[in-house]
Amino acid sequence: MKHDKIERNIGLMVVLTMLAISAGGLVEIIPLFFIKDTVEVVKTADGKDMVRPYTPLEQLGRDIYVREGCYTCHSQMIRPFRDEALRYGHYSLAAESKYDHPFQWGSKRTGPDLARVGGKYSNDWHVQHLNAPRSMVPESVMPNYPWLLENRLDYSNVTQRMSALRLVGVPYSSNEAEYKRNVDTFGEDVANTLRIEKGEENLVKQAGMGNFDNNKSDVTEMDALVAYLQVLGTMVDFKQFDDDYFAKFR
Amino acid sequence: MATTNVVTNEQYNYDIVRKFTIMTLVWGAVGMLVGVYIASELAFPFLNLDTPYITFGRLRPVHTGAVIFGFGGSALFATSYYVVQRTCQARLFGDGLANFTFWGWQAIIVLAALGHVMGYSQGREYAEMAWPVDILIAVVWVAYAAVFIGTIMKRKQPHIYVANWFYLAFILATALLHIFNNLAIPYSLTGSYSLFSGAQDAMTQWWYGHNAVGFFLTAAFLGMMYYFVPKQAGRPVYSYRLSIIHFWALIFLYMWAGSHHLHWTAIPDWTSTLAATFSIMLLLPSWGGMINGIMTLSGAWEKLRTDPIMRFLIVSLSFYGMSTFEGPMMSLKDVNALSHYTDWTIGHVHSGALGWVAMITFGAMYHLVPRLWNTQIHNPKLINVHFWLATIGILLYIVAMWISGIMQGLMWRAFDDFGNLQYSFVETVAAMFPFYVMRALGGAFFLTGMVIMCYNMFRTIRKGNANVAASIATAAA
Repeated sequence: MKHDKIERNIGLMVVLTMLAISAGGLVEIIPLFFIKDTVEVVKTADGKDMVRPYTPLEQLGRDIYVREGCYTCHSQMIRPFRDEALRYGHYSLAAESKYDHPFQWGSKRTGPDLARVGGKYSNDWHVQHLNAPRSMVPESVMPNYPWLLENRLDYSNVTQRMSALRLVGVPYSSNEAEYKRNVDTFGEDVANTLRIEKGEENLVKQAGMGNFDNNKSDVTEMDALVAYLQVLGTMVDFKQFDDDYFAKFR
Repeated sequence: MATTNVVTNEQYNYDIVRKFTIMTLVWGAVGMLVGVYIASELAFPFLNLDTPYITFGRLRPVHTGAVIFGFGGSALFATSYYVVQRTCQARLFGDGLANFTFWGWQAIIVLAALGHVMGYSQGREYAEMAWPVDILIAVVWVAYAAVFIGTIMKRKQPHIYVANWFYLAFILATALLHIFNNLAIPYSLTGSYSLFSGAQDAMTQWWYGHNAVGFFLTAAFLGMMYYFVPKQAGRPVYSYRLSIIHFWALIFLYMWAGSHHLHWTAIPDWTSTLAATFSIMLLLPSWGGMINGIMTLSGAWEKLRTDPIMRFLIVSLSFYGMSTFEGPMMSLKDVNALSHYTDWTIGHVHSGALGWVAMITFGAMYHLVPRLWNTQIHNPKLINVHFWLATIGILLYIVAMWISGIMQGLMWRAFDDFGNLQYSFVETVAAMFPFYVMRALGGAFFLTGMVIMCYNMFRTIRKGNANVAASIATAAA
């Protein structure tokens, strides 16, 4: 076919252009939803899923992480290199972000990777560091986030948020059958935190027990963000797996 | 702008082109100012001023939104509406619809920026806009496609000129990318959760992110190039055949390359290998475009000395060639292992964004403004000043980012004699300081050039409007 024909026919040009630009996405993205090995199977010895959805408090903390654009300076994706293993820990699994809507792998490390920051520092350290980073790390270029301690956490729409997440595939339960399925998948303790109707109650309870911001009276944005940071990368117990196990999924 | 309506030339709708031209200048200055500010925040963190609204994390999408969609987008609307009318010899389809794309697009940029400052973010790079803005974008984009394709359909030329192929591919691809990357379920008026999660979400986002570069910032600006370079040089496009081959190859290959942004991450290895392979192949159509543009000047090389507008256009193609060589190189897994997560990526983006996108836009605008307002440029010498400020600014910027990026990458992976990490993370942060200052300085040079352009164009436009008023007065007398 002579190109002349396409140049004279706008309809033909639109169709051919659409075909040319559609191929890449169809071949590279669509299969990822169907190939099972894309996301690793990570279970305990008694068959429970290690990676669980976030608790309501952690999820609202994650929303603050997104709100403040933390991903513009921090990655959450450890690569399989020796230096990153020493600095951050085991390389990140796809399974570890399977409940992340949106993913927050990031593209830039102006600050360090946060994929396994959970448990590395105390709650107090995080509060002080978020409030005034240079009081802990003098060379840091991170902004101060004093409003996290001042702002009360707005959890008025926590059930809407959990319901929206349920619609996109996070197994928060909205009825007894779904709750039972969660008990099977994650065990009873976790399943209890995933009940949408108890979202607010669970959130307040976790903030009170964790007391992340050292302030018992209020649930602040700091509570939520620190709860989120402290769970990052802690769900998978790598001691229970051979290294070869995860390699076969790649 | 009401006064501009009286300028003659009913044959074409220039009014809409003028509006977008003015907003190109405005968003360029605003977006670059924000860029210089956030660059300074990285060097001097007190500039965050303990205020939520201006922290780096919130202002960064304001910067990218204002320069990509405000400056770049307005420039593309302006030039595509101009080029499609001139090359089809037909007046723009749908005056009202075209006006809607103008006001709609400006509303999008403003709403997006305000939203980011308030913290309404989808957390996806270059697609941070909240879902109501995303819907508005989709609506405006459909109107844009209707205006553009409608104009082509009523063309008086049998052939569709090559510049329009590129603009068309950009319009179609942007629609496709925008819709699929922003699929989400809202939980409030400003918040939503993406339909996909984790690895699939990452693939979708970087398919979008990379092709926002490939189509918004490359294919469309090649369309601009294919009109303004031959026009300014007064010579035909170097090779018709090359333009056909590199057009189809470019739009086909680009869509496969996105996952090179995800090398060594938790996506299947085959996707990343495929992306690297296609990225290497992309070098050929990219350089095909560069060669076709630069060689258009063959036989008229002396214009590089005499015509500062030509200099903008040709230097932009040189930067295009350079960054489309650097890109495939960075998509090699071993190079990427060093460059990823560092400032090298930021430098690479800006050699494309400042060197290619902004420089060719400046050239096109200097060509366009006197023609749209039917006058001469207020002070041609200032074009030359702008050119050198911009060029020095880019060089400062990318050299700073090369050094800091490669240095940080090497420091992260340095081991001491005992096999321990040689540097703590914060030592690498401290080492960046002089280069962050140098980068901010480079940005300030570039911004200064932009402000000088705004002044020069403002004076030109005012002169143009005065001429019109005078001619009307004479006619009336």
